[in-house]
Amino acid sequence: MRLLSTVGLGLLLALLLRVPARAQDSLLAELSRQLPDSASRAPVLATFKGTRIINGHSVETPGNGTLVFLISHRFGRLNSGAYNLFGLDQATIRLGLEYGLTERLAVGVGRSSVEKAYDGFVQYRALRQRPGSLPVSVTLLAGAAINTLRYSPTDDGFEHTFPRRLTYTWQALVARKFSPSLSVQLAPTVVHRNLVQENTDPQDVYALGFAGRQKFTKRMAFTWEYFYRLPGSRTAGLRDALGAGIDIETGGHVFQLHVTNANTMIAQQFIPTTSGRFFKGDLYFGFNVARNFTLKPGI
Amino acid sequence: MRYFTGFLLLALLLGYRPGTAQPTRYQTRAGTVSFFSASPLEDIEARSQQLAAVLDTRTGQLAFSVPIRSFQFKRSLMQEHFNENYLESEKYPKATFSGRLVDWKPEMLAAAGAVPVVAEGDLTIHGVTRHLKVPGTLTPLTGQLLLNASFSVAPAEYNIDIPALVRDHIAKSVLVTVRLPCAPVAVATSASQP
Repeated sequence: MRLLSTVGLGLLLALLLRVPARAQDSLLAELSRQLPDSASRAPVLATFKGTRIINGHSVETPGNGTLVFLISHRFGRLNSGAYNLFGLDQATIRLGLEYGLTERLAVGVGRSSVEKAYDGFVQYRALRQRPGSLPVSVTLLAGAAINTLRYSPTDDGFEHTFPRRLTYTWQALVARKFSPSLSVQLAPTVVHRNLVQENTDPQDVYALGFAGRQKFTKRMAFTWEYFYRLPGSRTAGLRDALGAGIDIETGGHVFQLHVTNANTMIAQQFIPTTSGRFFKGDLYFGFNVARNFTLKPGI
Repeated sequence: MRYFTGFLLLALLLGYRPGTAQPTRYQTRAGTVSFFSASPLEDIEARSQQLAAVLDTRTGQLAFSVPIRSFQFKRSLMQEHFNENYLESEKYPKATFSGRLVDWKPEMLAAAGAVPVVAEGDLTIHGVTRHLKVPGTLTPLTGQLLLNASFSVAPAEYNIDIPALVRDHIAKSVLVTVRLPCAPVAVATSASQP
């Protein structure tokens, strides 16, 4: 019995000594044990800086209730000489508005100076990358554009009826953020044109887009994109669209500066009709500026 | 006498305490934490309703934890910047506090209204832990304990780097308000803790 009391006293002492030393930590530890680990299941944020990588869309959509005003500008060819101030004398421009109807669904409209085209699109974030459960984000996009140039009957022999002026894009954007600094995107794309110049030109152009972002500081990143047109969708004399640039983020703006071999800014135009030879200096310097406006505050 | 001592020790070892009937653990998973900073360009405000907290009214020990991703901002871009650039929530998913109420006496629960209390302990934000003392109030309500506190946090003290370009837009210190409506939990779980 004496043995029992001694052991008991010893245990009691140990118990009394241990409790105050560990209680503080264990209370927090107990709390974290009880909590569902919601933080690690949250979808990955900011795979790309903006809704565009260069010309192409990214998996990002404007947040719920956010309106993005997008100014996209491409100067002329850098190799056009001092006479054209290396392209600065010419410019093509697209003005766009994009709005997040919900966190996942977004709509956009734009107007390009090339073909005086108006375009519209709907974008849906079908899947969002989650650590441990889903490796990629997927955004689906469908868009249409209309060429509103005035044609005289003698221009090209076609009557430019309303349906003939339309072009469409369907895109699946599949992206993965490998680390806080590296994101990569694949974009299988179909562009359909109701009217093409030559009988031999494909009406449906199939392309596979590749794009990436590598951050080198918290607010600056190197970006690139390449749209490979599949065999059967290639027209002699035309080239795959290629671009490289940097993203600079400030408070409410994202500035994207880049060079591309395309001077058009919607998929219906730059995928099937790019002609610049990137590595021969047919480069267009350009920029996108995105300004966000909150129409529906989050709290 | 020896038997009595033995039984008493056994009872203590098994966790029996005369006060067991009284709940000593109060807990919430839906506390509110908000922060606010005024700046010349635009006020910054965010709120989370996923603050989890536990208070031991026997010892006055207190802990809370909030997922950084649960903070909601007015602007989605601000929310993205907060997570991506400032708090780096992928690397540091939670902010936590672990400490105790200074000079705590369980009799304070018998008070009719708000009792002023001081919490002292370690606040961890963005992977940086700092010791702080925060005044607040504890209000016993029917079946609940309400803990309220406000304190200011300087982002710079937690290695939250603000670039020169926007430094003037973000205040040097941020006012944090915490509201914890804690409900009692069964004491059996606490007795089995080592």
